[in-house]
Amino acid sequence: MTIDTSMTWLIALYIFILAAFTGYEVISRVPSILHTPLMSGSNFIHGIVVVGALHALLNATSLFAEIIGFLGVALGAANAAGGYVVTDRMLAMFKSSGDRK
Amino acid sequence: MFAQHIMGLSGLVAATLFIFGLKRMSSPATALSGIVVAGIGMVVAVAASFLTLADLPDAVRPHLAVNLALAALALVLGGGWAWWRGRKVGVTAMPQMVALYNGMGGGAAAAVAAVALSAGGAESAVILAVTVAGALIGSISLTGSVIAWAKLDGKLDKPWRFGTQRIVNGLLFLATVLLGIGIIAFFETPALPVLAVLFFAGALAFGVMMTLPIGGADMPVVISLYNAFTGLAVGLEGYALQNPALMIAGMVVGSAGTLLTLLMAKAMNRSLANVLFSNFGDGAASAGGAEVHGQMKSSEASDAAIGMRYAASVIIIPGYGLAVAQAQQKLYEFVKLLQAAGVDVKFAIHPVAGRMPGHMNVLLAEAGVPYDIIFDMEDINDAFASTDVALVIGANDVVNPAARTDKSSPIYGMPILNADQAHQVYVVKRGQGKGYSGVENLLFYGENCSMVYGDAQAVLTQMVQAVKDIGG
Repeated sequence: MTIDTSMTWLIALYIFILAAFTGYEVISRVPSILHTPLMSGSNFIHGIVVVGALHALLNATSLFAEIIGFLGVALGAANAAGGYVVTDRMLAMFKSSGDRK
Repeated sequence: MFAQHIMGLSGLVAATLFIFGLKRMSSPATALSGIVVAGIGMVVAVAASFLTLADLPDAVRPHLAVNLALAALALVLGGGWAWWRGRKVGVTAMPQMVALYNGMGGGAAAAVAAVALSAGGAESAVILAVTVAGALIGSISLTGSVIAWAKLDGKLDKPWRFGTQRIVNGLLFLATVLLGIGIIAFFETPALPVLAVLFFAGALAFGVMMTLPIGGADMPVVISLYNAFTGLAVGLEGYALQNPALMIAGMVVGSAGTLLTLLMAKAMNRSLANVLFSNFGDGAASAGGAEVHGQMKSSEASDAAIGMRYAASVIIIPGYGLAVAQAQQKLYEFVKLLQAAGVDVKFAIHPVAGRMPGHMNVLLAEAGVPYDIIFDMEDINDAFASTDVALVIGANDVVNPAARTDKSSPIYGMPILNADQAHQVYVVKRGQGKGYSGVENLLFYGENCSMVYGDAQAVLTQMVQAVKDIGG
């Protein structure tokens, strides 16, 4: 038995639109105190592009694909790791005065 | 097949954790755990992606060992460098690190597209078009973000402009789009490599050309826009790879980033088109401003400090100059002395204080300032009229009354903090120069305003000493 897991363009459109609404809703009531950490946090999240780059590299069959794939993985990993560290450093600073007493 | 389902489910788990993490990051009380949740999602996604090894086509097997070694090396090099660099930079440099890492994400998306195009065998014209669109947006984001990083880091000081710039940029973009269409039309023909190289070159060049003319003061908005671009590019490449997790994560970031961008532009009372295409801060515009009346008066740091010590209420407006001087620790020491004497002290944060919305809050948090005495502009602006002293440290444009009164000013209409309404204003400033936008500040000439010249660190040290000298 084989299960078809491919996406039609219509399913893709559903995913895109629902994800867009999700992103909008998550951000719509954020205090400006968190704007920079959130920008950094969302920057970290699109670091998942490293998964796409890994897929491209692991399926590479030409020298060109291996080189560009390597570059993609390195850049994607930097995006993910760097985005995480910077966001973590920013957020680690938020403590209420109650926590400090 | 089994591996394929595990990968799919892992992607779903990762996407869910990303959204949940982002939601938790939207509140100060839960923000710290939010990034951890999202981090777990990333680890799940990356680990699961190696399951693709169980399902590789036969044509890939001869290259498997090399590819695996390259993958491990790239992860270690890219991730390790970024981790080290992210740990090392000072807090003032974080906005530009966001720009740099964002550019890398855009570059990765463009690289994924390039590999997909070189592999051939696209399933449909729709997938091909989506791949090309993602490549275009990712490339623009890469070079645009690098320019933004260079501007924020002070490596590129002035906007670079020439007369027919908009026409040239428009033509460059049009040519790049046509090349992209050419890639789709001539896919799997000998012309493809040439078209692809020209296409990528055009897209990268457009990212540079689009960003160079934008003034430094607008750079935070631009960085947020490119963050949204990268998210969109990642989402599109996710579709090209038939990976729902990338599509979800990319599009969530795309729409969240777009909203953040619009909120920032709105806080500066500027439309996005204005940020991207107008000549904000040109010298000619500044020179056209109304003639300034009155004159600057100066005070000693110790006099200002004693004035605040005996005031009932003080509102402090920190700006980027405070961060550059790394004086937030000393400022908080001063604040604690005032609070011990019964003074009601608050911080007023303009939406674009620092170099990015929320950046000033991060800097104050680093110094230990409790976030519940930090107020947004809309919550505190009405309080200035009943406040004894407003202390402005390193802030400039965000307290310039010209934004309300001078129609010829480039910052006219931008919401500002009402520092000029306080009974007494002290402005700590290194010198008499103009601010970031290059616009003359009318506040400095007000009847109730005194300038305290000097480096913020030195001035605050003197202020702390003055208060201690009269018995703390």
